[in-house]
Amino acid sequence: MDTAVEVRELVIRRGGREVLHGISAQIQRGVITGLLGPSGSGKTTMMRAIVGVQVVRSGRVTVLGRPAGSPALRRTIGYLTQSPSVYADLTVRENVRYFASLYGIASDDADQTIRDVGLADQARQLVGTLSGGQHSRASLACALVSRPELLVLDEPTVGQDPVLRDELWKRFRQLADDGATLLVSSHVMDEANRCDRLLLIREGEIIADDTPAAVKAAAGTDDLDQAFLTLVRNRTEEGS
Amino acid sequence: MSTRILASTTRRILRQLRHDRRTIALMLVVPIVLLTLLFFMFEEQDRTFDRVALIMLGIFPFILMFLITSIAMLRERTTGTLERLFTTPVGKLDLLFGYGIAFGLAAAVQATVAAALAYWLLGLDTAGSLGLVILIAVANAVLGVALGLLCSAFARTEFQAVQFMPVVAIPQILLCGLFVPRGEMAGWLAGVSNAMPLSYSVEALQEVGVSAEPTGLMWRDLAIVAGVVVVALALGATTLRRRTP
Repeated sequence: MDTAVEVRELVIRRGGREVLHGISAQIQRGVITGLLGPSGSGKTTMMRAIVGVQVVRSGRVTVLGRPAGSPALRRTIGYLTQSPSVYADLTVRENVRYFASLYGIASDDADQTIRDVGLADQARQLVGTLSGGQHSRASLACALVSRPELLVLDEPTVGQDPVLRDELWKRFRQLADDGATLLVSSHVMDEANRCDRLLLIREGEIIADDTPAAVKAAAGTDDLDQAFLTLVRNRTEEGS
Repeated sequence: MSTRILASTTRRILRQLRHDRRTIALMLVVPIVLLTLLFFMFEEQDRTFDRVALIMLGIFPFILMFLITSIAMLRERTTGTLERLFTTPVGKLDLLFGYGIAFGLAAAVQATVAAALAYWLLGLDTAGSLGLVILIAVANAVLGVALGLLCSAFARTEFQAVQFMPVVAIPQILLCGLFVPRGEMAGWLAGVSNAMPLSYSVEALQEVGVSAEPTGLMWRDLAIVAGVVVVALALGATTLRRRTP
């Protein structure tokens, strides 16, 4: 198994309390891994540690064979923050072209990425005037434009209508088929079925690390929401 | 640091500014209005107008660029774009110099417009050349950018950032020699004034006011301002953290 990201005994404190309690996980190369868990479970913190912007208390994160945050990795990862982080006072095209230019990527490729996320009609519009869903797609375009080897996407489909959500997932699948590694967080369980692997996280601990089918089989149910509940209950019982 | 990234970052910042027509208008019009006000205040006192207007040509870009930069940088932090940039090949210096160059250029335009008005319409008279006045004004603008970048690190909201203006700018304006000649200040006050960068750029402007040729004192003062800019930018760089808690 080829590993893209390895997290070893990661402990992180934020805002005076421990958010991740020594979690370990491996993310395989070339597949879509879903990071699922309720709000506040530590998904964003784990992603920030992987892209190297999080102060880590202890533990180790290795990304594509290098320590997370290494300068060489900055050319090979793409990060989508949970709340859209693009310049509201620039147009969609100016934003995407700017992020493209940081990697020496031509404007034509930037324009293609804008079409890929379905914003061709809004390319000349100021980001600040877009709807919530369009705003986050503009942000997504800036993460996709460098064709990164590892894409870390924090809730990329929130607020998108079902048709667009479906298109975005097809796009993620295409990227994985082309060899990219994707880590996608969500708190919507029905998106988990689209992933190759799942990491279920709750209160700063990983409670499952398997394929969606295996997670469902282990919990004895066909419904992932139900499976999540069962896994949490099993764990609480083990603990007591 | 990379020239390509620095250039595209500078262009990006200028584009943001260009989309904000109202800010551009304020940048250009406010100094003109204030200089005109000064002109009528000192209508009967040509020499006072010359002295005050010359100093104001240096103070406007300083205040304005301090404000614009601290808000712009704070926005980078609060909207998450800074965090995102730090996952890309952007270097801290690309960002800091990008802001310095972009706003320095904007300040050059502002200083040129304001100085042109002061010289040709309001009859401002200096012994030295207009070019030197603009040079010092731009140095002041870059000083404002550097201090604004630094101060934005200590503000969590735009509300707080704006309030650094009176803390950083007003004492410098009070003690720069505009109200009381620096030579006439009490010893300790002169000491405080000596520690403030704006005192040197005002002194440099006063040198241009009285000497036809650039003087050694003027170049020394300009060098001190440049030194403070470098130190403030270096300190600003240490407040930009790739990893945050």
